[in-house]
Amino acid sequence: MEKRALFSSKILPYALLLPQLAITIIFFYWPASQAVWQSFLMEDAFGLTSEFVGFENYRALFAQPEYYRAMVTTAVFSTAVALLSLSCALLLATQADKQLRFAHGYKTLLIWPYAVAPAIAGVLWIFMFHPTLGTLARPIKGLGIDWNPMLNANHAMILLVLSATWKQISYNFLFFLAGLQSIPKSVIEAAAIDGSGPVRRFWTIIFPLLSPTTFFLIVVNIVYVFFDTFGIIDAVTGGGPAGQTTTLVYKVYADGRLGGDLGGSAAQSVILMVIVIALTAIQFKYVERKVQY
Amino acid sequence: MVENRPYRNFLAYLVLTIGIVIVAFPVYLAILASTFDAGTIANGNMPLLPGDQAVTNYTRTIFEGASRTSREPVGGMMLNSFIMAMGIAVGKILISILSAFAVVYFNFPFRKTAFWVIFITLMLPVEVRIYPTYKIVADLGLLDTYTGLVLPLIASATGTLLFRQFFMTIPDELLEASKIDGAGAFRFFKDTLIPLSITTIAALFVIQFIYGWNQYLWPLLITTKSSMQTIVIGIKKMITTQDALTEWQIAMTTAVLAMIPPVLVVIFMQRLFVKGLVETEK
Repeated sequence: MEKRALFSSKILPYALLLPQLAITIIFFYWPASQAVWQSFLMEDAFGLTSEFVGFENYRALFAQPEYYRAMVTTAVFSTAVALLSLSCALLLATQADKQLRFAHGYKTLLIWPYAVAPAIAGVLWIFMFHPTLGTLARPIKGLGIDWNPMLNANHAMILLVLSATWKQISYNFLFFLAGLQSIPKSVIEAAAIDGSGPVRRFWTIIFPLLSPTTFFLIVVNIVYVFFDTFGIIDAVTGGGPAGQTTTLVYKVYADGRLGGDLGGSAAQSVILMVIVIALTAIQFKYVERKVQY
Repeated sequence: MVENRPYRNFLAYLVLTIGIVIVAFPVYLAILASTFDAGTIANGNMPLLPGDQAVTNYTRTIFEGASRTSREPVGGMMLNSFIMAMGIAVGKILISILSAFAVVYFNFPFRKTAFWVIFITLMLPVEVRIYPTYKIVADLGLLDTYTGLVLPLIASATGTLLFRQFFMTIPDELLEASKIDGAGAFRFFKDTLIPLSITTIAALFVIQFIYGWNQYLWPLLITTKSSMQTIVIGIKKMITTQDALTEWQIAMTTAVLAMIPPVLVVIFMQRLFVKGLVETEK
C-alpha cells in the first residue's frame, strides 16, 4: 500500500529519520553485533585480553548440564504459564462476553494487573506464600505439606508460575474478549436454531473461530515468559534454589554479571536472538498481521 | 445473546466474581500489610482487616525509606521512575512519529531499507543484548543518568509501526487539499497530521508510560547510586534473603506505592489503554 500524493525533498526525510535511526544503530545494532562478535571471543582471567576462539563458547555452553537444565526450566515454565493463563482468561472472557449488568466494571476489575510490574507481582506473591509469614502458606502447612519455596525447587517453580500467570491473565482476557466480540452473532444464532446447546456451540463454532487469537496469544505468552518474567524470577527466587529456577534469560544475566563469563553470556544471547527471531517468524507466517511491505 | 436463562447468567456472575477476588487478593494483602507494624506481620498471623499504622508506614516509606536495608526515601525513587517513564513515553512518541512521517509521506531512495532497519528491532527485546548495551552506555558515560535509563529503551519499532499504520488510513485527498492550499511538509504535519493522530498518540503514551514505569532489568544494571534507583528496583533491595533484615511493612507499602500510578492510568484511561495494547500488538 502506498500513498498517491507524496512530498519530495532531498534532505527532509533523512532529517526526520535521523533520531530514530541514530538511537537504533547505537543502542540496537551495535550492541547486537557486539554480542555476536563477543560470542566468538574468550577473555583471559583478568579480562585484559581476548582471543578469537571460534565456536568454543558455544561448545562449552552445550557441554554444561546447567544449560540444558535452564532449557528444561524455561520450557516447563512457559508451557505451564501459557496453558494456565490462557485457559483462565478464556473462561473469564466467555463469561464476560454474556449480556451482564456491570459488564464494564467486571472488565476493569480484571484488566488492571497488566499495569503491575513483574518484579512487584513477584513481591506480592512471595509475601503471600512466604514460608514463615505468608497468609496462604499457613493453610498449606496445615495440610501437612512442608511448604518452602526458598528450599524446594518444585515449590519455587509453582510460585513463579502462579505469579507470572496472575500478571498475564489480564492481557489474554482482553484479547480473548475482543476475539469473542468479533464473532458474528448470526453464526451462533443459526447454530442455536439448529438445536446445538451452549457447550457444543462453544467447541464447534466459537473455539475454532477464536483460533487465530489463541495462536497469536500462545506466541505472545511464550515471548512473555522468556523475557518479561525476569523481574518475577529475580524477586521471587533469584534463580534458586541451587539454580533450579534459572531460565535462559536469567542465565544470560547471571553468567555475565555474577560469573563474569562474557563470552559465554554473549553466546547465550545469540541463541536467544535466534529463538526470538524464529518465534516472530512463526507469528508472521501464521498469524494475520496488518503490516505489509 | 441466544438464550437468556437466569441460572446461566448467575454462573457467569459467580465465575467473574471469583476471578476478580483471586486477582485482587495479593494486592489486598499488600495493602493490609502496609497498615500494620513489623511485629504483627512477622508473627505470621496477620489479621484480614486493616490495622492503624497506615499513616506511620506511608510517611516513613516516602520520606525515609527502609532503615535496615536500602536507606533511600521512596519518594525520590518514585520521582526517578516517573522521569524514566515520561522520558520513554515522550521520547518514543517523538522519534517514531517523525520517522513514520518520513516513511509514509516522502519518496526517497532507501525508503524500504530505512523501514526494515527500524522494523527488525521489533524482534529483539533489550534482555538479549544487555551486556553489550551496558558497555556502550558505560563508554558514553551515561551510567547513573536519566539519559542512560531512557535512550536504549526507546530504540524499538512499535511506535513507528503504529503511526505508519494510522497514517496509511488517512485519505490521500487531505494531503492533496493541503498541497493545493500551498502547505509544505511541515505545515501539513503540524496542522493536519498531528491533530488527527491525537488519540493514537495518547494510546501509545499510556502503553509506554506503563512499560517505562515497570522496567526492571535495565535500571538494575545501569544504576549504581542509590539516589538513581527506581521504585521497582528499590523494593527488590528491601527484601533480603535474611528474613530478619526485611522490613515487610515498609516493603509492602513501597509495593502499593509502585502500583498506584500505572494502575490508575489503566483504570482511568481504559479506552486508550485497550486501544494502545491492541494496536501495538497487531
